[in-house]
Amino acid sequence: MTKRFRLQGLGCANCAAKIEAAINKLEGVKEASVNFMTAKIIIEGDKDKMPSILQEAERIVKKFEPDVVMKKA
Amino acid sequence: MKTRLIRIILSALIWIVAALIGPDQKWIYLSLFLVSYAIVGWNIIWKAIRNITRGNVFDENFLMGIAAIGAFIIKEYPEGVAVMLFYQIGELFQDYAVDKSRRSITELMDIRPEFANVKIDDNLILMDPDEVRPGDIIMIKAGERVPLDGIILEGQSFLDTSALTGEYVPREVQAGNELLSGCINLNTVLTVEVTKEYGESTVSRILDLVENASSKKSTSERFITRFARYYTPVVVIIAVFLAFLPPLHIDGATFSDWFYRSLSFLVVSCPCALVISVPLSFFGGIGGASSKGILVKGGNYLEILAQADRIVFDKTGTLTKGVFRVQEIQPVQTGDSSQKFTKEELLELAALAEHFSNHPISLSLRQAYGQEIDSSRITDMEEITGHGVRAVVDDKEILAGNYKLMDLSSISYPSGEWIGTVVHVAVNGEYAGFIEIADEIKEDSTKAIRDLKKAGIEQTIMLTGDNEITARKVSEELGLDNYYAKLLPEDKVEKLEDLLSQSSPKTKLAYVGDGINDAPVLARADVGIAMGGLGSDAAIEAADVVIMTDEPSKIVTAIRIAKKTLGIAWQNIYLAIAVKIAVLILSALGITTLWAAIFADVGVTVVAVLNSLRAMNVKGL
Repeated sequence: MTKRFRLQGLGCANCAAKIEAAINKLEGVKEASVNFMTAKIIIEGDKDKMPSILQEAERIVKKFEPDVVMKKA
Repeated sequence: MKTRLIRIILSALIWIVAALIGPDQKWIYLSLFLVSYAIVGWNIIWKAIRNITRGNVFDENFLMGIAAIGAFIIKEYPEGVAVMLFYQIGELFQDYAVDKSRRSITELMDIRPEFANVKIDDNLILMDPDEVRPGDIIMIKAGERVPLDGIILEGQSFLDTSALTGEYVPREVQAGNELLSGCINLNTVLTVEVTKEYGESTVSRILDLVENASSKKSTSERFITRFARYYTPVVVIIAVFLAFLPPLHIDGATFSDWFYRSLSFLVVSCPCALVISVPLSFFGGIGGASSKGILVKGGNYLEILAQADRIVFDKTGTLTKGVFRVQEIQPVQTGDSSQKFTKEELLELAALAEHFSNHPISLSLRQAYGQEIDSSRITDMEEITGHGVRAVVDDKEILAGNYKLMDLSSISYPSGEWIGTVVHVAVNGEYAGFIEIADEIKEDSTKAIRDLKKAGIEQTIMLTGDNEITARKVSEELGLDNYYAKLLPEDKVEKLEDLLSQSSPKTKLAYVGDGINDAPVLARADVGIAMGGLGSDAAIEAADVVIMTDEPSKIVTAIRIAKKTLGIAWQNIYLAIAVKIAVLILSALGITTLWAAIFADVGVTVVAVLNSLRAMNVKGL
C-alpha cells in the first residue's frame, strides 16, 4: 500500500534526509522517499501496519522539523 | 524570510557599532554584542532546546548554538555573534534558492487548465475540467487553453504547443485531428469531443511526471545523503577530542586555544550546502528540460544520460519519417524499345495503374504525381497480391510492381542495388523503367548525429528490420558508426543485450525508439528515450525520457542539459568538500581563525546554492 503526503513548511534538506532514513527503518515500511524540492513524501508499506506506520512517521517528522505539518497529498 | 532579513540587518548594525566602540568599554561592548546575538540567534537556541526535548539532540541548531556560546565563554564576542549572523545569512540564501526553484517550476507547469466550456443541449456551461466525462462536447475559444484531450469535431485553427513541446511554431489542426490538453487555441473556435477524463489527460500526466521525477534520486543525490549522515557526527567527535585532549596531554597547550579551534569544527560541521545543492540542481535540470519539451522521468535518468557514451537508434519513425516517398524515377534509357518515357510520363502511368489500390506504395506514387487522375483513362485493373498491379491505361497494358511481377510475364529488368522498394513498370510487355520508393530521413537527423558526436557520444548505432542495402545507405548518409539490419523485433532486444555485454558496466547505453514496438528494448537500455510525438501513450509509458516532438535534435539538447546538470552537481560537491576539509585542517593546526571557518562555510553555501540555480537555465542548449 502506498500513501502520499505533503510536508508543508519543509525548509531543511538535511532534516528531510534524516526523516526519510528514520521512516525507512520503521517496521513494515518497504520504501519511504522524501522529495525535498516538492516537499512530498511517499511511504510504501504493509497494508495492515499502515496506521501505526503513519502515526510513527508523523512523530518522526515532528522530531526533526517541529514546524512542518504532514498533510494529505 | 523578510523578518529574518530585518533581524540580520539589525543585528549586523549593532555588531558594527559594538566593534567600533571597542573592547575598552567593557560592559557596553559585551551588552551590545549580547543584544546583537539575541536578535539574530534567539530562535536558533530555542529550536535547539525544543529539538533536544524531542530526542533530536545533534542537529545544526544545537551545534551552532554551542559554537556561539563557546565563543562567548572564551570572550571572543564578535566571533560568537558572527557565527550566528552568518549562519542565518546562509540559511537565507538557501531558502531564497529553494523558493525560487520551486516557484519557477510552478510557473513552468502553470499549464493546468482551470475550466472547460461544456456544450449541454444548446447551452455552454462553464465547468471544472475534473467533472467533464469522455464523450462530452466542449468548445474552445480563441486564446483559451485546451482543458482536455479530445478529437476535433468542427473547426480549423492553429495551436500553440509550446507548453508541451517547447516549440513556438504554431501547429495547424482541423476536424478529425486529435487535440491534446495544455495547448493554446490560437485562432478559431474548436468544437471537440472529449476522449479522456482530466486525470488521464496529457497535461495531468505530464505535470505528475515532472513533479515526481525529482523523487527518483540519482546516485549523486544518494551519495550526498549518505555522506552527510556520517560527516556531521565525525566532525563533531573530532571537535570534542580537539577541545579536550591536546590541553590535557600536550605541554603548553591551553584550553582556550584548543577550544577556540574546535569551534571552527562545529561551524563547519553542517553539510547543509551539500545536501541542498544537489537536489536543487537536478530539480532545475528536470524542470528546464520540460520547458524544452523533454520529459525526464527521474533524476537518475538525467544522470545516466549525462554518462551515456553509446546511443542506439531505431530507424523507422525515429531517424526517418516512417513515410514512403518517391526517391528516384528511372525510365529505360537505351535499347530498341519503341517506347521511351520521360520521368513524368513513367510516373503518370504508374500512378494511374495504381489508382485504385490502397497500398502505401500506391499512395506514395499518387502523391508524387500530385495531379488529378482522370479515371476514365483506366479501363481495366487487377491487383495481384505480393506482386503489384496490372491495368489498362490509355489502351496500353501497364504492369507496375516488384520483380516478381516482371518474372511472371518474363520481362527482364535491370538488377542493382537500390534502397527501399522498387516498382518496375512495363508497358505493353516491354520494360519501361523503375521507380524507387523509400522512407525519408528526417531533416534534422544528420545534424543531430553530428552534434551528438560533438557532445561526446562515442558510438552511434542503428537497428532496423529493413534490408542491408537500405540500412547501409541510411547509415552512410547520417554518418553512423554502425548498423544492424534485417532485425525482427525480438532480434533487437538480443542485439541490445550483445551491445550491453560488450563493454564495461561503467559505460552507459541509450536507446531511442518511437515506442510502440520498441518497448522491450527501451526497457532494457540503461536509459530509454522515446520520440513521443504528440500523443503516443505507449511511448510515454515505456521510456525513461520522452521527447514530445519527433526531432532527433532534441536528443542532443537532452544530453547537453544532463551534462550541465550533473556537472553543476559535482562542481558543488567537490567545492564544498574541499573547502570544508581545508578549513578543518587549517583550523586544527591553528593557522586560521574562527572567522575563516565562518566565511568559508557560508561562502561555500552561497556559491553552491547559486550555482545550482544555473541548472534551471537551458537557453541555447
